[in-house]
Amino acid sequence: MPPEHSRDMTETPTHCPYCALQCGMTLGGSPVRVTPREDVPANRGGLCQKGWTSAEMLTVPDRLTTPLMRARRGAPLEPCSWDEALDRIAAETGRLQAAYGKDAIAVFGGGGLTNEKAYQLGKFARIALGTSQIDYNGRFCMSSAAAATNRAFGMDRGLPGPITDLGQADTILVVGGNVAETMPPFMRHLTEMQDRGGALIVVDPRRTATARQAGLHLQPTPGTDLALANGLLHLALTEGLVDEEYIAARTNGFEAVRTVVNGYWPDRVERITGVPVPYMRETVRLLARGGRSLILTARGAEQHARGTDMVTAFINLALALGLPGREGSGYGCLTGQGNGQGGREHGQKADQLPGYRKIDDPAAREHVAGVWGVDPETLPGPGRSAYELLSALGTDGGPKAMLLFGSNPVVSAPRATAVEERLDSLDLLVAADFVLSETAQRADIVLPTAQWAEESGTMTNLEGRVLRRRQAVRPPDGVRSDLEIIAALADRLDAPGKWSCEPAEVFDELRAASAGGLADYSGITYERIEAEGGVFWPCPSEDHPGTPRPFLDRFATPDGRARFTAVEHTGAAEDVDQDYPVYLTTGRVLAQYQSGAQTRRVRALVEAAPEAFVEMHPDLAERLGIQEGADVRVASRRGTATVRARLTDAIRSDTVFIPFHWAGKGRANLLTNPALDPMSRMPEFKVCAVRLEPATPNGAKL
Amino acid sequence: MSIVVIGNGMAGSRFVTELRDRDRETPLTVFGAERQQPYNRVLLSNVLAGIAGPDQIGLVDPAWYERNNVDARLGVEVVRIDREAKTVHASDGSVTPYETLVIATGSTSFVPPIPGTEGGLPPGAVAFRTLDDCSAILDVASTARTAVVVGGGLLGIEAARGLAGRGLEVTVVHLAGHLMERQLDPGAGKVLARTLRRLGIRALLEANVTGLRAGADGARVTGVELASGDVVAGDLVVMACGVKPEVGLARAAGLEIDRGVVVDETLTSVTDPAVRAIGECSQYGDVVYGLVAPAWEQATVLADVLTGADTDARFTGARQITRLKAASVELAAMGETHHGDDDPDVEVMQFADASRGTYKKVVIKDDRVIGAILLGETSTAGTLTQLYDRAAPLPADRLSLFFPGMGGVQTADSPVRMPDAATVCHCNNVSKGQIRACWEKGARSAAEVAAETRASTGCGGCRDALEGIVAWLDEQESAPVG
Repeated sequence: MPPEHSRDMTETPTHCPYCALQCGMTLGGSPVRVTPREDVPANRGGLCQKGWTSAEMLTVPDRLTTPLMRARRGAPLEPCSWDEALDRIAAETGRLQAAYGKDAIAVFGGGGLTNEKAYQLGKFARIALGTSQIDYNGRFCMSSAAAATNRAFGMDRGLPGPITDLGQADTILVVGGNVAETMPPFMRHLTEMQDRGGALIVVDPRRTATARQAGLHLQPTPGTDLALANGLLHLALTEGLVDEEYIAARTNGFEAVRTVVNGYWPDRVERITGVPVPYMRETVRLLARGGRSLILTARGAEQHARGTDMVTAFINLALALGLPGREGSGYGCLTGQGNGQGGREHGQKADQLPGYRKIDDPAAREHVAGVWGVDPETLPGPGRSAYELLSALGTDGGPKAMLLFGSNPVVSAPRATAVEERLDSLDLLVAADFVLSETAQRADIVLPTAQWAEESGTMTNLEGRVLRRRQAVRPPDGVRSDLEIIAALADRLDAPGKWSCEPAEVFDELRAASAGGLADYSGITYERIEAEGGVFWPCPSEDHPGTPRPFLDRFATPDGRARFTAVEHTGAAEDVDQDYPVYLTTGRVLAQYQSGAQTRRVRALVEAAPEAFVEMHPDLAERLGIQEGADVRVASRRGTATVRARLTDAIRSDTVFIPFHWAGKGRANLLTNPALDPMSRMPEFKVCAVRLEPATPNGAKL
Repeated sequence: MSIVVIGNGMAGSRFVTELRDRDRETPLTVFGAERQQPYNRVLLSNVLAGIAGPDQIGLVDPAWYERNNVDARLGVEVVRIDREAKTVHASDGSVTPYETLVIATGSTSFVPPIPGTEGGLPPGAVAFRTLDDCSAILDVASTARTAVVVGGGLLGIEAARGLAGRGLEVTVVHLAGHLMERQLDPGAGKVLARTLRRLGIRALLEANVTGLRAGADGARVTGVELASGDVVAGDLVVMACGVKPEVGLARAAGLEIDRGVVVDETLTSVTDPAVRAIGECSQYGDVVYGLVAPAWEQATVLADVLTGADTDARFTGARQITRLKAASVELAAMGETHHGDDDPDVEVMQFADASRGTYKKVVIKDDRVIGAILLGETSTAGTLTQLYDRAAPLPADRLSLFFPGMGGVQTADSPVRMPDAATVCHCNNVSKGQIRACWEKGARSAAEVAAETRASTGCGGCRDALEGIVAWLDEQESAPVG
């Protein structure tokens, strides 16, 4: 073998850049070739099209390799040196903070950042900038499930056990999750369960690819999942299927829930949700038949203005059936973003410090300040949540500048035109990204960063298992890692503390900062992750085995018992009416990921899913005079999108669906409603009211 | 503003919680004649059937009142309304002033004036309406062998089913020609009777009860007498002959009463703007709504209007959907179900399989459901109720109103019929044509095709289809030509 090729022949075991399943893959060769790993339980040798084609991201033609800067607002982005860019950021932030106070600078992170970056970004905001104004796009992802599980179990960790428990289950209820498209290899576990005779039940307003594989599909009116969950619990009670012994031994608060669900008798729920009573009865029977049962929620149940309560209703059901804390059973949340789990544990959330600590807890502040070598008094308090932060930009009392890492809110935030206005009103917008995303295009300074296979670190997957992401190739010349950018800025800002550019060193600091917290990583090392195929948190010491199944003995609440919380159905924040008579729900397609900044640059994925569309029932289309493939104007109270019609009877005739991955006129988030959940501050992406009309005179295909 | 609510049943208790959801300050007093916490009347048939305990059907936690600053006077009956002084006088001697009075006194059971009922019902005979009635029925049932239920409406059938489930021999005596004649057409009534017979319940139709039979003075009931002269024996007699709005207080206060307290679309008495009425004691238009859903809608509208949460909220009538709660009898009925085929303005769809207890009917006018019955098999009830509720246009595929999934069923295509453009592997976007091309280049097994095209390497769901296509291609190759 010629020596000059030897480096290219190195095979690097790592994980996919995209979703929270974090499929194992090996990268090698030049150009880099992707091979699925058999030794990773999450995917067991499977990959979807996004994973197979992920290496294409390493050679996209519009890769940024030099910092860009505008001389002034309105001037074009032009190449500049790193020193020019970093100096100006330091100078501008200093000037703005002198004029408007520390909170004049906002930081916006992402659920795709490694644990090390998320940790360092939170620390940078708190002690280098001294700002409370930091949040991240995970707020748009699974914050409702996080709030609900914290309330019920005292801890928020995605799945209740290893993913291999799924294949051994007898019944799995998936609520508002289309895993067949969002994380296809996940289906292998569900298929394994079904092959063993297990029952898959899917709740979704659309007959998705996942619903088609289910033995039972409940197709509720958007925004009515809470009523459905309460109705299922009502049936469990009247049919004597609740686990009274478990309720007495392991929970608090059931009587209040019983009183509330007394108001959810089957036919009332049927009328609210449209789900027939016999299907509800069968669902309860399957969940309560005594084997291993899992209830899993995803964005469909969570992205609502009452998302925390919606998830809580399903947790109540799980608790009443005695599922959580029993091996192989339980409640789980299907995490979305690659590091959606770890990204919400280590301090890039407005109200949080590393280790899932609360920023307003004096003991937490003291511990973390000690690790950072600062006075706890100097740490800011809680800041604004993501959408509130974006809405405050450039307003009186709001931040004047924002530093953005690993996020594209112009596409992913609700009511996107308002978000654009806010971004444009800033004195300074800095975006760190490896391509010129739609948000980066509006920035004053763009910093080119290394990506996924060019750097290393750790990711925490949907199981709560901490994994190693390994560097397979060198980043292009001119590009820096996020850690390097943060360190260089911290240096210019004369920040206290250490600012390592080495992921391993940052991870060691993260371990110390998380020690004693809920998400305790202190016993996890890179070596252990490699030797053990990942380590489940919490892991409080190096001789601790990690915690694949929390709650077997006690819940993470002060008294060790899970908490029931009674919740009532109120319906969507914006219901349909005469002017906007159709429900819109948004979501994902297989070949694209999140805001599409990555996947819209991969040829095969663009071929598979080239543009946004609106999925509608043929009956609705006929009434509106819309033909398959025709352009349709979809309007809400917040904006108008133009997308092609795709007719299918897989959707309710009172509801349309638009995937949100695209920018431009097909941008779903032009329409969505930023009504926020009172606890999680999650916007209501999953339901709003729209009207539709043909964009061409006859509604015909152009 | 101060609000006084008379009645703490389904409507009154709902209004109180809806109001507090919107406004935590306004002084709020609620009088409930029954001593216990408000309970869900819909679930009484569950109690009768033994699937819920009497203490398990509460609607509002007793502690809730205190937490939410509500003066709850449970077990205290209002005896007089003084509209001039704007006060209510109660059985405990108290006088409570109001600025807004909400009357939610509900209804009481109707007992026909027949011999044997003059001085109240004899022991062993109970009118079925409240939780106390329920306990009384269960008490008698525990020593009874046979039961007669007078009235074959919704409540009577639910009671009969509950008692039959407890092992009693039950006869339903019904005045009309078929059961639940208000909700069902004769065909459905017949199928329902047949279903009930299988569950051990006998129905006597066109049977006029002329008296209750009891032993000597004060002795226990022994059965009912019919106009035909027949006697139906029963150790327990349940009267389920309907209800009448409880409007005594309102009438005495001089409010306009028709069958109920007459209100406008803000639930305001047409006589007195300070008085509102909701639930089964109120009448909007010509209708006294006897089901829970409209009562709760009225409670919501009234809370919206009184608190200003939505001053435009109005009650403009409600669509009534009936759902029988009886084990092993699935029944949903709504709207006008009595139309026959001969009516030129309506379209009537019907499906019946009497021997299996199935009867389905949908009545359509102007492309909207105006009535429907689903008996025996109700898996499309969710769709139908929502279409009826919203007066939404109907699907082109009418069969889907009767049979779920008729519209969307896609049978797995055989490899032969599948077009080349059809996607086999969705995870990796691989078409049949690409698989064929791969095979033509020499791949001869599913594994080889997978390695080349990535088909089946995602969710794994298309593995069977992929193997089928490869096998079919192999077969084509080995088949003799010509």
